[in-house]
Amino acid sequence: MELTRRDVLAALAASGAAAGAGIALSGEPGEGPVGEHEVDTLVAVGNVVYPGEVEGIEEFVRQYSIERVRGRPEYAEGVADAVAALDEYTRSWEDAEFAALETELADRTLSGFDVDVADPDPDGSDRERVRYYLVNELLYALFSTPTGGELAGIENPQGHPGGTTSYQRGPPE
Amino acid sequence: MNREPSPRADVCIVGAGPAGGLMADRLAAAGHDVVVLEAGPRFDADRDDRERRMERAIRPGHGPDSVWDMGGDRDAYESTGDRYYPLNAARVKGVGGSTLHWQGMVMRLHERDFRLESATGVGADWPLDYDDLQSYYAGAEDELGVAGASDNPFAPPRDEPHPQPAFEPSYSDSLFAEACEALGVTTHSVPNARLSEGREDRSACVGYGTCQPVCPSGAKYDATVHVERAADAGVRVVDRAPVQRLEHDDSGEHVTAAVYATPSGEHHRQTAREFVLAAGGVENPRLLLLSESEQYPDGLANSSGLVGRYFTEHLFAGVGGTLEEPTRQNHVGFNTTESHQFYDQPADGSRGAIKLEFLNYAGPSPVEMALGGDDWGDEMLDRIRANYGTHIAVGALVEQRPREENRIRLHPERTDDHGNPVPEVVWSLSDYERRGIERANEIQRDILDELGADVEWTVGPENTGPAYHHMGTTRMGDDPAESVVDARLRTHDLSNLTIASSSVFPTGGAMNPTLTIAALALKAADHVDERL
Ligand SMILES: Cc1cc2nc3c(=O)[nH]c(=O)nc-3n(C[C@H](O)[C@H](O)[C@H](O)COP(=O)(O)OP(=O)(O)OC[C@H]3O[C@@H](n4cnc5c(N)ncnc54)[C@H](O)[C@@H]3O)c2cc1C
Ligand code: SF4
Repeated sequence: MELTRRDVLAALAASGAAAGAGIALSGEPGEGPVGEHEVDTLVAVGNVVYPGEVEGIEEFVRQYSIERVRGRPEYAEGVADAVAALDEYTRSWEDAEFAALETELADRTLSGFDVDVADPDPDGSDRERVRYYLVNELLYALFSTPTGGELAGIENPQGHPGGTTSYQRGPPE
Repeated sequence: MNREPSPRADVCIVGAGPAGGLMADRLAAAGHDVVVLEAGPRFDADRDDRERRMERAIRPGHGPDSVWDMGGDRDAYESTGDRYYPLNAARVKGVGGSTLHWQGMVMRLHERDFRLESATGVGADWPLDYDDLQSYYAGAEDELGVAGASDNPFAPPRDEPHPQPAFEPSYSDSLFAEACEALGVTTHSVPNARLSEGREDRSACVGYGTCQPVCPSGAKYDATVHVERAADAGVRVVDRAPVQRLEHDDSGEHVTAAVYATPSGEHHRQTAREFVLAAGGVENPRLLLLSESEQYPDGLANSSGLVGRYFTEHLFAGVGGTLEEPTRQNHVGFNTTESHQFYDQPADGSRGAIKLEFLNYAGPSPVEMALGGDDWGDEMLDRIRANYGTHIAVGALVEQRPREENRIRLHPERTDDHGNPVPEVVWSLSDYERRGIERANEIQRDILDELGADVEWTVGPENTGPAYHHMGTTRMGDDPAESVVDARLRTHDLSNLTIASSSVFPTGGAMNPTLTIAALALKAADHVDERL
């Protein structure tokens, strides 16, 4: 399933980052702690945590993450800190930054760091912040969009203002 | 903002939830000078802020009370009864009050609810009847923008349609309807305080599906609608101004001032001709108890000794499971079908009212499952697909018998951020509620069995919890020895003190209380207006 510009806007709306559909998606990081490296790292995380059926991950994660932190310096700080924590762990085991790893190794590294079993916590330990600011951040973005919802069988997922007709409809034949 | 008292006020209202908001709006429209003192903040009203709160509600990593910034010393409390009471999950402090968080189901009480003692020997009669409130109910539905239909054969009489068309039934409602028909259970629509059509500058529901605890679109009614309208009409709304106590004159017959604190630590006295307590069913009695004086050593307006007594709730009962077919849950965050067939209390007084609710949000939603698991990628998706889509559940509200020993009192040791004793909630259940819950579970199980569901959970008498409706703590009645306020919502002891809240309900039925709170607030506004 292909993630589109519409999904980027939906995900941004669900996080209070976009006031309307008129917003321009520049794809260029702004000033602040979330720059190219942070965005690349989020894309690498997205490649691990998004299901294999999802296409267009790089574009989606890029555009979403850049707009998401615009005008939210505290949140941007949290994302950048979590990237630094993940890189530190990755460097000590793989001698590289997370964004440079092949997807399979990136997956093992993230599990090796116990991020899969960590409780998300914006003020928690390294792995808890990685879970919150990187993994759950991207899962929230995906599953509050119509495309992400459809993967799971719901066209109007929580967090998405998908109108008041879908709840009345029966399942597709 | 200037938090100095107004030099001249006709009315001082404590609390900016629906009760305070509606009264402020009405009294301002009648030409009176009104000041509203609100303990909590005025939240940003823009959609971005609401969406961020919605994100906090959906994403794990944020305490549930953090969505509306509850908690800390300001909101400290103790729960000491048989049953734990999670008070801060049950209220919001700020302009809009608890309706910022609420679900928005709004129905009228039944005629029998006003005469429970006469009809069944349980509880107390109200000092007024359904007829006395009927036109105020209509006014309240209009104010809240209630979407409803007149298809409920069990509802009390009404003269006019709801102001907005009802939301259509959900897909799962159609599954329930068949099963219920086979069992002889009649189902009908739910009156919702959410717009099915746009109105003035408010949007119609757009299906975010997170109504409780936050609706980003503003389709769900909250009391900011009335507080802001009142402010536009000239009412002064002072936020972050918790009232510490009420003072009275030498005769003990009139309240003279509300003493409130400000964020900078100052204390001010707001004088007025009339005072209205609209601080909710827990803070209303607490403030009266905090306002003890030589004349009222047990608390203001407490000659009866009943301030804080008869704390009454609604209990949740539910049965849920899965079907072997899709049930299409979690598209929206509100319900569209109920049954009030089992509502009216049996004459033998064995149990209270039961209101059945057919849920549109049974089971976890995909986004919650994704964020809360310990897997990702394809494994996660397989798990979500296996678990989402076939859940189904029937809930219910069950009546609680008012009992004196259930109460709000001042905690002897613990104090809040201003050094005032915190509220202590003493709450327990009796056999009356247990029987009501068991009966609800029986009906719920029959319905799920008829549907062929695999029943997976039951919320019964042992694991039930409160619905967050705070009733009874300043009860209404004709006899000053047996009640705190009269049928005009005025305290028996002080002639310029009105209480607008579910705290005046002598009994609670099993209908969500806020439509009745709103109707009583409109009635109280008429009485205050007459006196001014
Ligand atoms: C999760 C949840 C779901 C709910 N769902 C429903 C529903 O579906 N239907 C329904 O009918 N009801 C529902 N309710 C209940 C509903 O929210 C309340 O009945 C309603 O908000 C009560 O209105 P109120 O104005 O009396 O009090 P509140 O809305 O609680 O407002 C009281 C205000 O007074 C302020 N205050 C308190 N103490 C002071 C003080 N000392 N000085 C100054 N200000 C003070 C508070 O900060 C608050 O803002 C729900 C509640 C919750 C929590
Ligand atoms: S579904 Fe609920 S949260 Fe969404 S717009 Fe409608 S009322 Fe608001």
